[in-house]
Amino acid sequence: MAQLASISSTLLYIAFLLYLVATVFFAGSIKSKKHTNQTGKNRWATIGITITLIGFASQLGYFITRWIASGHAPVSNLFEFITFFAMMLVASFIIIYFIYRLHILGVFALPIALLIIAYSSMFPRDISPLIPALQSDWLAIHVSTVAAGEAILAISFVAGLIFLLKDIDLSKGGKQAFWLESVLFGIILVLGFVLSATAFSVAGYESEFTFVNADEEETTVQYAMPALVTPNEGELLTEGAFSTGLEMHELVNAPRLNTVIWSIGVGAILYLLIRLITRRTVAALFQPLVKKANLDMLDEIGYRSVLIGFPVFTLGGLVFAMIWAQIAWTRFWGWDPKEVWALITWLFYAAFLHLRLSRGWEGNRSAWLAVIGFVIIMFNLVAVNLIIAGLHSYA
Amino acid sequence: MSKIICQCGHENPEGSELCQACGRTLTEAAAKRKTHDVMRYEGMARRSQTYHSSIIDKIWNFFSSVKVGVTLIFITLVASAIGTIFPQEFFIPQNIPAVEYYESRYGIAGKIYYVLGFHDLYGSWWFMLLVAAIGTSIIIASLDRGIPLYKALKKQRVERHDSFLKRQRIYTAYEGNASDDVIERIGEGLRKRRYKVKAENGHLLAEKNRFSRWGPYINHVGLIIFLIGAMLRFVPGMYVDEILWIREGETRSIPGTEQEYFLKNDGFTLETYQEGDSEVFDQTIQRTGAIAKNFQTDAILYKRDENAVAGSQDELTEVDHHAIQVNVPMKFDQFALYQTDYIENELYKMNFTMDNKETGEPVGAFTVDLFNPETSGVYELEEGYSVELTGYYPDFSGFEDGEPQSDSPLPNNPAFLFNMVSPEHPDGEVAFVAIQQNLEPLGPNEYEISFNGIETRDLSGLTVRKDLTLWILALGGAIFMFGVVIGAYWNHRRVWIKKGPDSILYAAGHTNKNWYGLKKDIAPAFEYAGLDQPMDHQELKESDSSAKEEEESGTTRQHK
Ligand code: HEM
Repeated sequence: MAQLASISSTLLYIAFLLYLVATVFFAGSIKSKKHTNQTGKNRWATIGITITLIGFASQLGYFITRWIASGHAPVSNLFEFITFFAMMLVASFIIIYFIYRLHILGVFALPIALLIIAYSSMFPRDISPLIPALQSDWLAIHVSTVAAGEAILAISFVAGLIFLLKDIDLSKGGKQAFWLESVLFGIILVLGFVLSATAFSVAGYESEFTFVNADEEETTVQYAMPALVTPNEGELLTEGAFSTGLEMHELVNAPRLNTVIWSIGVGAILYLLIRLITRRTVAALFQPLVKKANLDMLDEIGYRSVLIGFPVFTLGGLVFAMIWAQIAWTRFWGWDPKEVWALITWLFYAAFLHLRLSRGWEGNRSAWLAVIGFVIIMFNLVAVNLIIAGLHSYA
Repeated sequence: MSKIICQCGHENPEGSELCQACGRTLTEAAAKRKTHDVMRYEGMARRSQTYHSSIIDKIWNFFSSVKVGVTLIFITLVASAIGTIFPQEFFIPQNIPAVEYYESRYGIAGKIYYVLGFHDLYGSWWFMLLVAAIGTSIIIASLDRGIPLYKALKKQRVERHDSFLKRQRIYTAYEGNASDDVIERIGEGLRKRRYKVKAENGHLLAEKNRFSRWGPYINHVGLIIFLIGAMLRFVPGMYVDEILWIREGETRSIPGTEQEYFLKNDGFTLETYQEGDSEVFDQTIQRTGAIAKNFQTDAILYKRDENAVAGSQDELTEVDHHAIQVNVPMKFDQFALYQTDYIENELYKMNFTMDNKETGEPVGAFTVDLFNPETSGVYELEEGYSVELTGYYPDFSGFEDGEPQSDSPLPNNPAFLFNMVSPEHPDGEVAFVAIQQNLEPLGPNEYEISFNGIETRDLSGLTVRKDLTLWILALGGAIFMFGVVIGAYWNHRRVWIKKGPDSILYAAGHTNKNWYGLKKDIAPAFEYAGLDQPMDHQELKESDSSAKEEEESGTTRQHK
């Protein structure tokens, strides 16, 4: 079993590398001279999608072997869930690709999947046993449907992002250019988190504090990165470790805030370096890539993926969720923050569909809504688990 | 009611935008609107667009607006988001009043939160009002559109006026192609794609998946049923939410069942994962410590015979027998019992010995059942020795006027007043015994009571639930899902073919969504008839200049 678990990790690693290589090929496909309308047959793109398919098969292998090794569907902690979400994102991309054959989609969808996998591996990766509440077939049914729905919805974000990169006139500046740059900056921050967390973990950095928590009990806490902020009445236990001694309020989760500060710091430095070296905004760097993109087509893909994803998300995030909650927690709805954010996501996409259908919000506005929708999904995936604790907060 | 008479002679009701017979635009305003917008409800008159004078009109128009509907959805969404900033009232510790809790824990922000009612958002009157407004809006908006749409789609004419066809997004006039043979072939090609083709005077109307247009209306019906179900919760008798605390070995009547059902707790088990259970888990267990594996109550369900005396437990018949676990409730009648809580190791029995102080030798041992102490009883020990329990204080809290006090009947801190009888002291000596305490209130004694261990047992907390609204909610949910799926995964597609004068063939196509799919769907029929695909006159403006060039050359239009 332990051996199977290690095979599983290797397969995930291979998938990661293959997605990376596939991205390069998709990038090559849109550079190709013969490529005028960005769809249809193209040798680079064919290689790109083939490698993507092999990568997906490898990730599927990771999923199955880990399932066998642990004895339960590997969607039970943050690492497993986010990785699975990335896998569903790639699957959604593959499906949409085979419908529309729009090559540019691969150039953006795959890097986002890569970043999400990298992000997921910052959480504890060991296989954990299931607590009683999770011991149900509904775990796999509910979580996988939610992830699939969210991943299909995320494709509308990818299409929307490409749409906006092409549609917004960056030379004039303005609000839209600013917000687009902010979205890209947000993505770079995630990269900042991955880089700083990986660097300190490779270096083996660790420190420990004792502190007094909000219930006025004394406990200890681990820091994986040098402490820029310390917990309430925190005292450093590890010798030689770094600490600024800047104490936070008892309600603040200091180690998490510390990680956020590091990520923003590293991300900001990365961003500034890019700007200094290239002397352009990040949006402007990407714009040449999307020069030939077809706005109609992107708009259609964005809407289509919301249409396909919305019923799947409703089924997984609300219907299956309620059925399971009724069985496990005696009531189908309990206003737990994670539930509420699923409801918010659902209401948001319902509003999206209404605005599009009845108020004619197409093109640029629709693309912005798709971006905001993705931000809400990510918020529920990441922030609600880490910041707002509830029944769903994984170990 | 006034009518609008079209050039073709057809009388249309007031408020119509397109003539229901030929498809000509009837008003200047309609002519200026985007075709897609006019086509959404087939240019039919809608109440909300026609009448504006009475108060009822105003209310109707307000709620039928999608703008209002979306605004209501956004308000609900934002309110719910704010409601997750701090925990809701039902998640905070029960022993502190909410007024104090929010302010003391979260400061001024917490106070504002509380004052505005966000601490009990979902029970607040304004949140209920918001949901009610959404429900009203869904009903009115759907009626306002659904009925005219249904009527319009039911009685479609095949032949439409040229202006109607020309305004469609998919439209081409093929010059010199209007032969019967070509039209026949297009019809044949479309039939192969499962279009229903109607021919009239040589013109064609091909249509498929009209049912998908009812998707939104069906899903709104589902939502309304769901909301009604959620409200029925407040009708007495529909919903039971009780907790049953039951000790190991105990049999108790199940609250909410009117003393009809009883449950026996045959033992409570709490298991945790151990290192070595499975090698793949070891790392996690080392990192996080104990992880719970199972909470389980072995339960026996009894039903009381109908003619048994109320409150008695004598005539019970076993009806079910199984382990209640998290995720595995026990179901009976309309009830379900869920494993939701537990208390481990509650004090059950205490063992004592009576010792001779001088020698330290015990003269006998006895056990007090903390739930069933023999207050008037006597524990007989060896010959000539006995202990009388003269006072029992299960939740001892101190003395008041020399009298021991008990806070509750639960044995949280048991204390006892004993009278020790021995051959030397046939009237007995008095001892007060509590945890870590041994008093001799009436002067020094020769004998003493010493503590000799305890027996504990677990308490299982079961939630008793009856919810008669579930099937309504399930029905609403199923209808909602059905409506959403047919509205999202199928599209209503139509193609009009018209034989014009001078051998001109007009072809137009319309779909409510997924234009790309429509184009791909109909292309083979045109190819079969020897024609190019009809053109897509997309309305989306491209701001980038390079895209405009492509647009002119037509490359963006063809996705083969
Ligand atoms: C949480 C509440 C709601 C949900 C989940 C919901 C869901 C939907 C969905 C999925 C569609 C189909 C959209 C599409 O196919 O693109 C739709 C259409 C529509 N909804 Fe709602 N809806 C909700 C509330 C409302 C409200 C409050 C109104 C009131 C104004 C409304 C009015 C409409 C209308 C007019 C349509 C278009 C129907 C058509 O023209 O074919 N909905 N709704």
